[in-house]
Amino acid sequence: MRIVRICLLFAVAFLQAEMLRAQEMTHLFGPEDAPRRLVIRSTTDTDVFAGVVEAFLAERPGVSVLYEQWGSNDLYGLTSKDCRSGEVGADVVISSGVHQMVKLVNDACAAKYQSALTRALPQALRWRDEVWGITREPAVIVYNRSGVPPADVPRTRFDLLDLLRPEDSPYAGKVATYDIEASGLGYLFAFMDSQEASTFGALLESLGRTGADATCCSAEIIEGVATGKYLLAYNVLGSYAEGLAREDDRIGIVLPQDYTLVLSRALMIPKQAGNMSDARAFLDFLLSQQGRTELRQALLIAPGLDGDSADAGEGISETALRPIGLSPSLLVALDRQKRDQFIRLWRGAFPGP
Amino acid sequence: MSLTARVALAVGSLLLIGGVVVSLAAFAYGREAARETYDRLLVGAANAIAASITIVDGAPVVDLPMSAFELLALAPDDRIAYRVVGVNGETLTGYDDLALPDKRGRGDTSFFNASFFGEPARYAVVTRRFAERSLNGTVHVIVGQTLLARNALALDITRNVLFGLIISGTLLLLLAVLVVRSALKPLARIGEAFARRDPHDLTPMDTKVPREAAVMIQALNGFMARLDRQFSSMQNLISDTAHQLRTPVAALRAQADLAAEEADEDRRRAIVERIHRRSVSLGELLDQMLSRALVLHRSDSARREVVDLRDVALEVLESGDLQVLAPETDIQLDIGDLPVPVLADSPSLCEAAKNLLTNAVRYGRGPVRLGVSRDGETASLWVEDQGEGPPEAVQNSLGERFVRSAASDGKSAGLGLSIAKSVAEAFNGRLAFQKGQPSGSRVVLVFPLVEGVS
Repeated sequence: MRIVRICLLFAVAFLQAEMLRAQEMTHLFGPEDAPRRLVIRSTTDTDVFAGVVEAFLAERPGVSVLYEQWGSNDLYGLTSKDCRSGEVGADVVISSGVHQMVKLVNDACAAKYQSALTRALPQALRWRDEVWGITREPAVIVYNRSGVPPADVPRTRFDLLDLLRPEDSPYAGKVATYDIEASGLGYLFAFMDSQEASTFGALLESLGRTGADATCCSAEIIEGVATGKYLLAYNVLGSYAEGLAREDDRIGIVLPQDYTLVLSRALMIPKQAGNMSDARAFLDFLLSQQGRTELRQALLIAPGLDGDSADAGEGISETALRPIGLSPSLLVALDRQKRDQFIRLWRGAFPGP
Repeated sequence: MSLTARVALAVGSLLLIGGVVVSLAAFAYGREAARETYDRLLVGAANAIAASITIVDGAPVVDLPMSAFELLALAPDDRIAYRVVGVNGETLTGYDDLALPDKRGRGDTSFFNASFFGEPARYAVVTRRFAERSLNGTVHVIVGQTLLARNALALDITRNVLFGLIISGTLLLLLAVLVVRSALKPLARIGEAFARRDPHDLTPMDTKVPREAAVMIQALNGFMARLDRQFSSMQNLISDTAHQLRTPVAALRAQADLAAEEADEDRRRAIVERIHRRSVSLGELLDQMLSRALVLHRSDSARREVVDLRDVALEVLESGDLQVLAPETDIQLDIGDLPVPVLADSPSLCEAAKNLLTNAVRYGRGPVRLGVSRDGETASLWVEDQGEGPPEAVQNSLGERFVRSAASDGKSAGLGLSIAKSVAEAFNGRLAFQKGQPSGSRVVLVFPLVEGVS
């Protein structure tokens, strides 16, 4: 009991830190006195996205980028508020909470834009020419290499269920996943899981029964796995995991073979954006060959998941990939009653703070 | 303007007017079809949402089904508006500012139009009634969608119809031109055949042309046949005249020469007397030849009308020519009370009758009778005298132009009969020789009686 309480305290601390950071972390790229300034609000970590922004600025000496890093729920709330009040805020909004972005478009908050590059996107990665999917990031299972023997490494959700089934499972209390109330992305992954397969109910039950931990942020979860605080983490955003796994050989990554959700971070240009032309140029840059290369280097386009090659990363078959398309049906995820019910279901397994 | 251009213009303007009408109809139909199609989507989604409402602890709970939104996402670029209104008018979920319309159609399903964040949209309202112990009332589900897909479908339907219309119209126009061209081809062929024809060739044209053009060809052929007959009768007249006149004129000249050289007064007077007789005879011959030419011409060109043969007989008798020719001869008229109508040309008949009468007076023996009679389906005009009638040889070779009996002695009985025969044949009749009643001989012109004319 004490352990749970301590864990919860940790979670609260992380949560507060995350929220604090979300509102404050800004970074200015490019010359301070540049005549044109592009304001990007994004859920992506600044250091992950820095390379992409710098590449964009390399050929545009008259432009600076003010990069604000936000949590997805806060970013959604702020953008929605700006949209209603007509206040000029961001020029570009990029969020992993694609359901929130779809909602913003449905609420007529986005500006239309079309170019040869946007038209080249698959239909599932654009909606109304107002929101576009710019990255390809799988939702993965992360494990601690020293704590999980190779034979135990779960390849599918069924494997994970099997690991948690025994009464004395060594993984009880050692599994982490996103707190879906704190993380828009976590909510989206869980919601898509619930739509995708019946495994979700069993998984939720297992996680709840074994006292799994729900926390807020990718970085904390992966850090926990590396240190051995957790042995397994479920539904972690692959781009972060891959980035850390490259520097830290304690971390192993699995793309679930029953199905792997693939997230495309959504980009939209608010209709009241102050610097529309640079916003559009930034979008075209991200979709261009050079931009994609930068995104690939930032691991935001996972190897084998950029749609062109059949080699779908780590032996995952093409049919097991479930891209989260930009479709109005994502509105269901944000429906207030649906959300309440879903969170109530979730809280049944993960009693919150 | 050419026929082709006329037809093309007519068909073209027909297509244009039809095209405008059809386009308007197609657009109206397209809008209607799109409206119905997407209204069904709306109702389907609204029903799915309504069906997902359950009562939990006395409060309606909406478990928004993903399938409803996937249904609406069939219009891929349209924004979705929805709201579930509870029993007391409170919003259970969805967009709070979606208002229920004041006036709604009866029944559980109704539609209305309103804007959604500044964009026109179409809404469906579905009601679900609850009669539970804990909840009693009506829950409304409003589902709306913007109009992009509807408009696109309406436009698509219209465009498809227009596309078909343009293609079929063009084909129709081409076809019309082709049909007109091929229909008018016989005309060109006929024109070409005429152009190639020898100017003296008046033989009938080939009538193997379409029925419509055959009418024209037949008329042309009839015209040419008439032209041919007149042409040849003119030729005959000229050659006859030349032939007939040469001998008497030569004789006249010889007599005149004789007269010039004759010293004896008495004999010269006798010669002059002969010259005079010859000139009179020549004049008569000339008259007859001209009248024959006239008859031939008229029989082809004059209009046929109903003529009473009694009128013809009377006219011939009253013209008084015979009184001059033979004042001593007694001519009796024999006509009945009933009209004797035939289809012919009166002047031609008069000429023929006059010739017969003249022959009878001149070569036959009195008394001479001119009569008209009808017998069953035939009508007859006859001349009777107490002589022998024309010799057998003359009767047999009648109609050849230069026949003259020996008795005529340079006077032209043959031509008179020939004229009568031509006239008879021109009006579907014939010339016949019969025994006189009770004696003598009779020359008869027999024609078919015209029925139904009193």
